[in-house]
Amino acid sequence: MKIKGKAWKFGDDINTDAIIPGRYLNVSHPKALANHCMEDADPQFIKNMAKGDLIVAGKNFGCGSSREHAPIAIKAAGISCVIAKSFARIFYRNAFNVGLPIFESEEAVEAIQTGDVVEVNWDTGEILNVTNGKIFRSQPIPPFLQEIVKDGGLLKHIAKGKVLT
Amino acid sequence: MTITEKILASHAGLDHVEPGQLIETSIDIALGNDITAPLAIKAIKEIGASHLFDRNKIILVADHFIPNKDIPSAMQAKEMRDFARNHQITHFYEGVGIEHALLPEEGLVLPGDVVIGADSHTCTYGALGAFATGVGSTDLAAAMVTGKTWFRVPDSIKLIYYGHRDKWVFGKDLILYTIGDIGVDGALYRAMEFTGEVIEYLPMSDRFSMANMAIEAGAKNGIMAPDEIAKTYVSTKAKRSYEFFKSDHDARYIDIKEYDVGNIGPQVAFPYSPQNTRVISEVGNIPIDQVVIGSCTNGRLEDLRLAAKVLKGKKVHPYVRLIIIPATQGTYRCAMQEGLLDIFLEAGGIIGPPTCGPCLGGHMGVLAKGERAVATTNRNFAGRMGHPESEVYLANPAIAAASAILGRIGSPEEAGCKE
Repeated sequence: MKIKGKAWKFGDDINTDAIIPGRYLNVSHPKALANHCMEDADPQFIKNMAKGDLIVAGKNFGCGSSREHAPIAIKAAGISCVIAKSFARIFYRNAFNVGLPIFESEEAVEAIQTGDVVEVNWDTGEILNVTNGKIFRSQPIPPFLQEIVKDGGLLKHIAKGKVLT
Repeated sequence: MTITEKILASHAGLDHVEPGQLIETSIDIALGNDITAPLAIKAIKEIGASHLFDRNKIILVADHFIPNKDIPSAMQAKEMRDFARNHQITHFYEGVGIEHALLPEEGLVLPGDVVIGADSHTCTYGALGAFATGVGSTDLAAAMVTGKTWFRVPDSIKLIYYGHRDKWVFGKDLILYTIGDIGVDGALYRAMEFTGEVIEYLPMSDRFSMANMAIEAGAKNGIMAPDEIAKTYVSTKAKRSYEFFKSDHDARYIDIKEYDVGNIGPQVAFPYSPQNTRVISEVGNIPIDQVVIGSCTNGRLEDLRLAAKVLKGKKVHPYVRLIIIPATQGTYRCAMQEGLLDIFLEAGGIIGPPTCGPCLGGHMGVLAKGERAVATTNRNFAGRMGHPESEVYLANPAIAAASAILGRIGSPEEAGCKE
């Protein structure tokens, strides 16, 4: 399976307050959260992005709070995947649990700029910067996690009666 | 094995575990709050699970937007309250305290436990010698139903603190200094094991502050081996059995860091990252609008005593709002009986009910554009306490209290505290 979209680049240590500020956590509906996605990192982001776009970021993406509202907001905004140099550990787990695919690659992040068109292959972990033709490798998503993402998250996956591993 | 590995092995039914190993463990406590539990409850309803694994081992604490700040937050709290009543959850608390101060006080988290909580500061309980870590709502939901979760066994970093601690240097300063040294991803995916002679003499409140902020270095957990101080603390509170673990002499660490605390002065973390630390003497002239003393990091009785020591007989600067939030009702009552609340009121402080409120920009102390606060909380990200262009400076309660008097960030000596 492949994901293709336009990249939006962010820096290091993008925290969950930047992804979805605490002041909006009095609701948990995905659409409501999506309206404020990345607001404190880039207030114009939600206006400018298009469905299917990718977020590309530096190290330690998703640090801070354990709020699952962060990957939910990103997914509900229509972002197809996040590529980062590294992820904070709670965010990493939460992303797969809510069905948001994420990939780690320092080299790819270095070579992608905002506006580049990027294609990611889930099965091989290959990241292609369509704009400049460069190809990078990241860890492919293992089949059982692909199943979780395709089902829309861990709980929906369990509800389908599938075993975890 | 390290203390972290031993606790995980014991809950996985294994004699031995190695860093990197994927294991399934039983859990002693699964924790949620009024922001994270509603999502978990929704997930549990979606999959049609009608039974929870153990109503005595699930703890739900309404503390973030409590007392409810608006209709949506009241709806969220109600959802959690109704769920707790329907499932007869033994430990449901509302308005009684901030989860990570409340649970140790009530003896609900104990040495040797595996605790997961849908709140990143769940790592606080490592101060008791428990393995405690933050997870998201989905992981919480799965654990509430099955009583189990999975982990990758983390590598451990050993942090050794030695030397003489300055009278205005506390657990908060040690952890801020450490985060300043190793960075906000300096312990990513790892266990931070706090050791050394300084830790051995450190009061429990300081230990909680340190373990609490392990997540601010990206750690999976922060932990301290229980000693006499910890054993005394839990002995009067525990209502079930518990077990003390400690690292073997030949335990393996991925890194070892040593800190001479004699070289560590009171720390202030500048916006917008807990790693932007400076010693108080190098802060410069930074006028402030608000001071918050409270939170799961520094809202305990010892923290309030410290603030009271600095504030006694003084007045808060006319341009500053001082907000003091005892972390639990128990702490509130003790502070009242000890006369601390009188000191705060006479100084011109505002005393709030237990809530996370201002720490996450929720309510009860939200900042306007361009405003600056000194806070004893744990995060100073952009927009954390309100407007995205407001600023939070993290410090210990003595520095926070002194800053409230001075109207700028400063030390207790500058504020006229002689002791």
